[in-house]
Amino acid sequence: MGIAIDTGAIPGTRVTERGLEGEGFMATSLDKFVGMARANSLWPLPFATSCCGIEFMSTMASDFDLARFGSERISFSPRQADMLLVAGTIAKKMGPVLKQVYLQMAEPRWVIAIGACASSGGIFDTYSVLQGIDKVIPVDVYVPGCPPRPEQILDGVMRLQELVKKESIHRRNSPEYKALLASYGIE
Amino acid sequence: MQDPITPELLKDYTTLNLGPTHPATHGIFQNVLKLDGEVIVDTEQTVGYIHRAFEKIAERRPFYQVTTLTDRMNYCSSPINNIGWHMTVEKLIQVEIPKRAQYIRVIIMELARIADHIICNAVIGVDTGALTGFTYMFQWREKIYDIYEQICGARLTTNIGRIGGMERDLNETAIRLINEFLRDFPKVFGQFRSLLERNRIFMDRVIGTGPISAERALNYGFTGPNLRAAGVDYDVRVMNPYSSYQDFDFNIPIGTSGDTYDRFMVRNEEMVESMKIIRQALDNLPEGRHFADVPEFYLPPKEDVYTKMEALIWHFKIVMGEQDVPIGEVYHSVEGGNGELGYYLVSDGGRAAYRLHFRRPCFIYYQAYPEMIKGSMLSDAILTMSSMNVIAGELDG
Amino acid sequence: MAEITNTYILEKLQQHFGADVLSSEESYSMLSVTLNKDRNVDVIKFLRDDSELQFNFLTDLCAVHYPDNVGNELCMVYHMHSFYTNLRIRLKFFIPISHPHIATMTVLYEAANWQERETFDFYGVVFDGHPNLKRIVNVDEMDYFPLRREYPLEDGTRNDKADEYFGR
Repeated sequence: MGIAIDTGAIPGTRVTERGLEGEGFMATSLDKFVGMARANSLWPLPFATSCCGIEFMSTMASDFDLARFGSERISFSPRQADMLLVAGTIAKKMGPVLKQVYLQMAEPRWVIAIGACASSGGIFDTYSVLQGIDKVIPVDVYVPGCPPRPEQILDGVMRLQELVKKESIHRRNSPEYKALLASYGIE
Repeated sequence: MQDPITPELLKDYTTLNLGPTHPATHGIFQNVLKLDGEVIVDTEQTVGYIHRAFEKIAERRPFYQVTTLTDRMNYCSSPINNIGWHMTVEKLIQVEIPKRAQYIRVIIMELARIADHIICNAVIGVDTGALTGFTYMFQWREKIYDIYEQICGARLTTNIGRIGGMERDLNETAIRLINEFLRDFPKVFGQFRSLLERNRIFMDRVIGTGPISAERALNYGFTGPNLRAAGVDYDVRVMNPYSSYQDFDFNIPIGTSGDTYDRFMVRNEEMVESMKIIRQALDNLPEGRHFADVPEFYLPPKEDVYTKMEALIWHFKIVMGEQDVPIGEVYHSVEGGNGELGYYLVSDGGRAAYRLHFRRPCFIYYQAYPEMIKGSMLSDAILTMSSMNVIAGELDG
Repeated sequence: MAEITNTYILEKLQQHFGADVLSSEESYSMLSVTLNKDRNVDVIKFLRDDSELQFNFLTDLCAVHYPDNVGNELCMVYHMHSFYTNLRIRLKFFIPISHPHIATMTVLYEAANWQERETFDFYGVVFDGHPNLKRIVNVDEMDYFPLRREYPLEDGTRNDKADEYFGR
């Protein structure tokens, strides 16, 4: 149980779900603070392979402007990215490359599967296509659509922000997370 | 003075792996470059990172389901792919579609060509360091998406049209949007052109970059803007007019040296010509129906399916693949965004194609890439690739 | 110069290649000629270099698999286009699947390089003399030729397409 704060005691303050807020200051828990900081500065790594990549370009471009959500800097280096956006079909030949890119990302890292192909193979149930990227790497948010509209991609990013905000700072060291990675053969 | 670089040192080449996920390749291709300093000595290309087996799927799907595959080949100009495929089937079943539908198709295909060239040329700008052009031009791509949405309801993978015509007529909003586009786009486009075309930095950067001679280009099977930039005036729209292209007055811009600048300029000029064609088609849009009388292939309107017995029967027959398909072999080609997009259809009378082979222009001309960049700088290789307009989804099939 | 028609081209081919011209047909105004597979390079070279025909552009090449056509299961199809006369021609060469060999077209056209690799990748047609004949779009480890008719399209690893999910 937290300490009960009598808001009336400190004029001009209010209690929100984040903590105690007032003019120019905020008192909150470290978890929430880190979550807020992370959620609003997700650096995306676009792993654009096909059609969804073009819609992702639209999402980045002036009309929809992903930068409004704190993802201004498109990072093409996995080392400096937080959010892997897999947009498009991943062929079996590409699977190991995708995994390699994921491994090169530093923790904490999140993955959004944009579009039907990345989520499940989509209409391409063929010998050469990976039937969903969750066969090789863990996925946090799936965005449906073939291809999804930019609004949907933005919605996916915002859903991820919700996840990031709520994530415990201990999650990445937890045995459950390690077990999840181990199930993908990632140490 | 003694040169400190000995011949032994010169033998050491650097190997650089460009791709498959490299921001400057605009698609997933791998190029293992052998570099002497910054000069490219040799290249080994690997493709197939997005092989989706279109041709195998097409052997298992009825004709109208193949349309969705063609969307995803050259996704920068999917309506051209859709309509090309529909025309192939129309050629097989030998049906002439009404003039109005042909003109609507021309309008859509030329809009798609503009959309395709916008991406390619804006990206050349990005690769030379001019992001501004991209942000401005992409807004106009969004306007083209809006027009597509009015016509078919989708933005990118349009699935536009039907075998035997268009699924619906141009509505008033669509016509208004096209008119607005024709009115307003030239202003922005002019700004984009003046930003780059006579820009000294840009010109120094792209003139003479990645050239190819007309003879080599033909040998390599180049088509489309890349071939025209090399000085060969081959355009399927003029050579084998389809969908009433013979009715329109337009020029085929050609270049001389086949370098990046020429490719850039040819695309810019083509956008101007495309706007001319759209204007003519819109002004002279014939009256009449927007589909041909082929009930065995043209999906009936949904409201009829719910209310009319006959429409329901045809709908069922088409969806279940019960209609009679002629036996034969057809080759049909259209001028796609980046070259001659061919469809070789072998039909054995079954519900699906026996064999459907796509002549994918960029698969064929991307082979020339090593020859074009050999001896040039690494940074020029990037520009050459973006100016070739290689689309991964189309390339890998 | 006399107008060049499909009949004229066929006559010329028959004159030049005699018994190697096996059959011909005209479908949808395109001439389609089946010839002896050993002559493929000669035929295309002849069509290219002939001063009248000038089929200077190799549009496309691909293979088709006809499992029922025993002894001639694979068919190599070449589409040629003349920019001078604006005619197209389709050339077919049947080859047995037990010995799927045919001469490479890369000696005449660079464009054939990858298309032949793709055909090898899909159908296992071996192009004798090809400079770099290996798989192009599929992984090197693949041990079959996926576009041959006997192989399935589907991935085979999916378990969410079982009938129970569709109420069947």
